[in-house]
Amino acid sequence: MRPETLASLNEARKRGRAIVRAVDTKTGEEKLVDPYTDSSALGLAAARAARADVSGPAEVEGRNWFFAVYNPPLDLAITGAVHIAQPLVPMAALAGYRVRIIDPRTAFATEARFPDAALSHDWPDEALAKAPLGPRSALVALTHDPKIDDPGLTAALRSPCFYIGALGSKKTHAARLERLRGNGFTDEDLARINGPIGLDIGARSPAEIAIAILAQMTGVLRAGGEGGRLTARAAASSGPV
Amino acid sequence: MNTHAELDVLGTAATWLAEGHKVALGTVVKTWGSAPRPTGSQIAVRADGAFAGSVSGGCVENAVIEDALRTIEDGKPRQLEFGVSNERAWEVGLACGGRIEIFVEVIA
Repeated sequence: MRPETLASLNEARKRGRAIVRAVDTKTGEEKLVDPYTDSSALGLAAARAARADVSGPAEVEGRNWFFAVYNPPLDLAITGAVHIAQPLVPMAALAGYRVRIIDPRTAFATEARFPDAALSHDWPDEALAKAPLGPRSALVALTHDPKIDDPGLTAALRSPCFYIGALGSKKTHAARLERLRGNGFTDEDLARINGPIGLDIGARSPAEIAIAILAQMTGVLRAGGEGGRLTARAAASSGPV
Repeated sequence: MNTHAELDVLGTAATWLAEGHKVALGTVVKTWGSAPRPTGSQIAVRADGAFAGSVSGGCVENAVIEDALRTIEDGKPRQLEFGVSNERAWEVGLACGGRIEIFVEVIA
């Protein structure tokens, strides 16, 4: 690796930009690829690796490369500085997310209640216009209040974020979908929203509900939404030990 | 996957370079079975043997550091393979039964 390459990698990481280093492991030859702007064959292959968030070998135009993927941290935007957000923030931080809480009700979103999150007192549409959701973002709507949750969900549906979840019963969710349909979203758009939110693990306490939410986010991010018991998977699993 | 949750191996490597050290980089490029660290995991090794990061959770780091020091000397990239079927397994094998391939290069 050339020292200039190392400097460029560190600069991209500092700026929160995805970057892929293609290296020929026989010769050490290397190329830095911006996966989302480079439309060459190498760039497109790098984009696939970046989206999958997996470093690995790739053959491009008859040449073998190893793609080392450097993605920015995962981003979790929560609308609603409510009780479920309190355990969800540290759990998500441990799982590698940078967490931000958006709630215009200043009495809820206080540093005392949320020492580990970036707090925004803007309305969600404003907050998400200032710092948009990207392909490594998740939006979780927790307020039950359409005035706060709906603008956040609307911004999320217009973004490439990988996960959208909304707290609320089936009835609440049906009413929510009806409102969003009125805003011009199709059923296909609205199918992106996980509502009622979370995996069905019988969660009761706020912390358990946070686990159900984070587990569902992880399943969507890593397993395309599929989940279940590891015992049910084939013995050929290559998952982490 | 390299996120802020992981130790900043590349940042450490840059600091060492700026301080005038020679540095090699090891990267997990292939895994089979239940390898302890995913592809893309990295270790930076300094000419005096100091290192940052991890490619196996501790199982084969010593062997990787030895080869990294050779790479710093001769400048040639190397590919190392470790696993239970490897003859070096008795010394530096992976207890988990997985296999990993590591690419070692000098930063120069």
